[in-house]
Amino acid sequence: MSNTSSTDVTKPVIELRRIYDVFWRYAIYFFGAVSFVILLLIALFILREGYPAFEKIGIWQFISGQRWDVADSAFGILPMIIGSLYVTVGALVLSVPLGIFSAIFLTDVAPKKVRKIIRPAVELLVGIPSVVYGLVGMLMLVPAIQQIGQGSGDSILAASIVLAVMVLPTIVSITEDSILAVPNAYREGALALGSTRWQMIWNVVLPAARSGIIASIALGMGRAIGETMAMIMVIGNSIIIPDSIFSSARTLTGTLALELKYATGIHWNALFATGVVLFIFILILNSFGILLLRGKTK
Amino acid sequence: MILINQTMKRMAGVIAAAALVFVTIVTGCAPAPASEPTQSIELSGTINEAGSTSVQPLAELMATAFTQKHPKVTINISGGGSSAGVKATAAGTVILGAASRDIKISEADIIPICIARDGVAMVVNQANPLTDITIEQVAKIYAGEITNWKEVGGDDAPITVVSREEGSGTREVFEEYVTGRYNKKIKADALFFDSNGAVRTKVTAEKNSIGYVSFGYIEGLKALTVGGVAPTIENGQNGKYPIVRRLYFLSKSTPTGAVREFIEFCRSPEGQKIAQDEGYIPIVLK
Amino acid sequence: MKISPKFTHNVAWGVCWAAGLLSLAFLFIIIGYVFVNGIGSITWEFLTTNPKGGLKGEGGILSALVGTLYLIGITLLIAVPLGVGAAIYMAEYARNNWFTKLVRFGVESLAGIPSIVFGLFGFALFVTALGFNFSIMSGALTLACLCLPVIIRTCEEAMKAVPRTYREASYGLGATKWQTITHVILPAAIPGIITSIILTVGRVVEETACLYVTMGGSSNMPTSIWSSARTLSLHLYYLAMETTAINKALATGVILIIIIIIINFATRWLSDRYIAMSGGGRMSNGN
Repeated sequence: MSNTSSTDVTKPVIELRRIYDVFWRYAIYFFGAVSFVILLLIALFILREGYPAFEKIGIWQFISGQRWDVADSAFGILPMIIGSLYVTVGALVLSVPLGIFSAIFLTDVAPKKVRKIIRPAVELLVGIPSVVYGLVGMLMLVPAIQQIGQGSGDSILAASIVLAVMVLPTIVSITEDSILAVPNAYREGALALGSTRWQMIWNVVLPAARSGIIASIALGMGRAIGETMAMIMVIGNSIIIPDSIFSSARTLTGTLALELKYATGIHWNALFATGVVLFIFILILNSFGILLLRGKTK
Repeated sequence: MILINQTMKRMAGVIAAAALVFVTIVTGCAPAPASEPTQSIELSGTINEAGSTSVQPLAELMATAFTQKHPKVTINISGGGSSAGVKATAAGTVILGAASRDIKISEADIIPICIARDGVAMVVNQANPLTDITIEQVAKIYAGEITNWKEVGGDDAPITVVSREEGSGTREVFEEYVTGRYNKKIKADALFFDSNGAVRTKVTAEKNSIGYVSFGYIEGLKALTVGGVAPTIENGQNGKYPIVRRLYFLSKSTPTGAVREFIEFCRSPEGQKIAQDEGYIPIVLK
Repeated sequence: MKISPKFTHNVAWGVCWAAGLLSLAFLFIIIGYVFVNGIGSITWEFLTTNPKGGLKGEGGILSALVGTLYLIGITLLIAVPLGVGAAIYMAEYARNNWFTKLVRFGVESLAGIPSIVFGLFGFALFVTALGFNFSIMSGALTLACLCLPVIIRTCEEAMKAVPRTYREASYGLGATKWQTITHVILPAAIPGIITSIILTVGRVVEETACLYVTMGGSSNMPTSIWSSARTLSLHLYYLAMETTAINKALATGVILIIIIIIINFATRWLSDRYIAMSGGGRMSNGN
């Protein structure tokens, strides 16, 4: 490419930098591979530690078992799976409508000045540590729920509300991005046909942004299922299949954080097996979300 | 010349080191004279401790007191739980482990050294009028057979049961002395938390709850007398209070040097005073 | 009984306003609650003494602050070179082949894995198998894995935003690809790299779950990277759950929120500059 000026003097220098170039090419390929290798290592490690539990307990018994009693060697994670699903669904019921309307507010409704306050505010919500959410939930929500409901206040309701606030930014920002990605021509077309601006949004923009919105829900769900510390602080951690929103419950993640440090033997394996279930759950949800988002950008 | 010089220096170094080791061994093994405040050799080194979270707060306080006397010794205290403490000690990754439960037969290569005892108290909210409870009643409450306070002589209110997570040393003691005695199991719809402090926080906040915590965590709560015996250090020491466990430091081999000094400090009257001030039951010293 | 479109529009507009303001209200409620109840406990002594151990949560937050700094340092040291390297791959070397797809899949999947699963992995690999025990090192390695996707994405975007003409000019002058990367692309992408570093700092400050099971949580002043330690977030958790010092937990929350606000402003300021430099294009905030 550039040998027009090469002489005997410059040649070795050129050689050296060519060698660098080749060396770094391979080094960079290696760096590129690192995240995949880490992903693989995570999968391998938790699978290796979790496998004995699947083997001894049986995958189906493990997933559908309703009792988690270490002294009895009963390891069923159904209550935790249901607990995780309940709080996640609860959180989404609260945060999806709020998130979508907030996103519309940011893109179409809010005056520029208001937008300039709210967008950074929503982004700030992402950064607040989950223990701070847990703390506020513990001090404000749990006592309040204790007042209105029966029981101790540590409940699915408290956990759902805390989670709803935590996943709100995910839903708002991805929905907002996908609304902004809808071509202007769609909007202009709708307005030219005499729609009100709301009709335009409802009938044209939202359907066009549909895949992004679903992706935001999937990714928000992933974040909700994965949340740990804030859940431990407000949900009570009972190992039961909850029967109302005022009931205490336990999440998959909560079991891991609560019991990992003390576990030995089959208990240890069962916790990693719980990790495997969680890992697969999340991988499916995220892949789904990412595929949807990728479809949108194409 | 230079060569000889270097060799000499090296030899001198070796001799000095040998002397140091010798002195350390001698001072380390000799029964520490209590009235001798001046230490001939200043202790130094790093002690890494890991294990039971029930021992952790006590170990931290003892370590602080010990390192004030021996500033060149660094002691790192970490949690992890009793089983992790046993594992880490056996693997040699920490020089000192901590456990709040007895050593199992499968772990027999570890030397447990008792540094204090700990009682487990039954606690309720301060607004609860109840003052006494029997072990059998507690077992039934935790099993879900008694669900209202009026069944044990309290108000007409549902009982919120607060327990510890699976694997906890405190829970093992509770199961051994309380629920296990009546062949009962802790019900699954109890609330579960992974520390004494968290149980206390919950019972403080929830009017109708009952929990079990180490003696050191009674503050702010109402500790019930169990079968008429109050959960006090005195009753723990004289054997009247029924739910008492030992807390251990773990070592893989006979401890020496700074580690030995630290353990002896913990077991000394001074160390036991720290334990007692924090609500632990001192070990009986001869 | 026909509702006029105008009426629907007005109602919908009202709902949107309500939703937007409610989102804002959450932020104010949380920050307001923590500040109002916590700020009174922040004194010079609180900042400069170690937590004393024991049951009443006596003492301050010094060792937690130092622990956080340690962890930030080590995590950056591990994660930034790896992340920038991977970003160079994605921005400069990636071709449309299976390897690139694998790398992309790795980064995207890693980004979605919950903190506690990283903790599980870190506990099994670093704490147990490699014998690093509960230590800053175990925590930092675990966190580095967790932060990698953030660094890769941010740096990749920054590098991709470097105008094509820069590269062409560099090649035109006879530079090799690697020379172009080190002399042209990386300097131009520095605001992006700094942004990624700040975002990583933010993650280190926020994270709790994966550290809860890898760092041990000692309240002592850490003496080396092999010490067990706690971060501010972990300290808050311990205070809230295991002591009666709720006001100190809230005070720690105040410090955390202040740090997060500073980090947010810094990234915002940098990315504004960065957009100005690369000449437009809204930087995606998709993480």
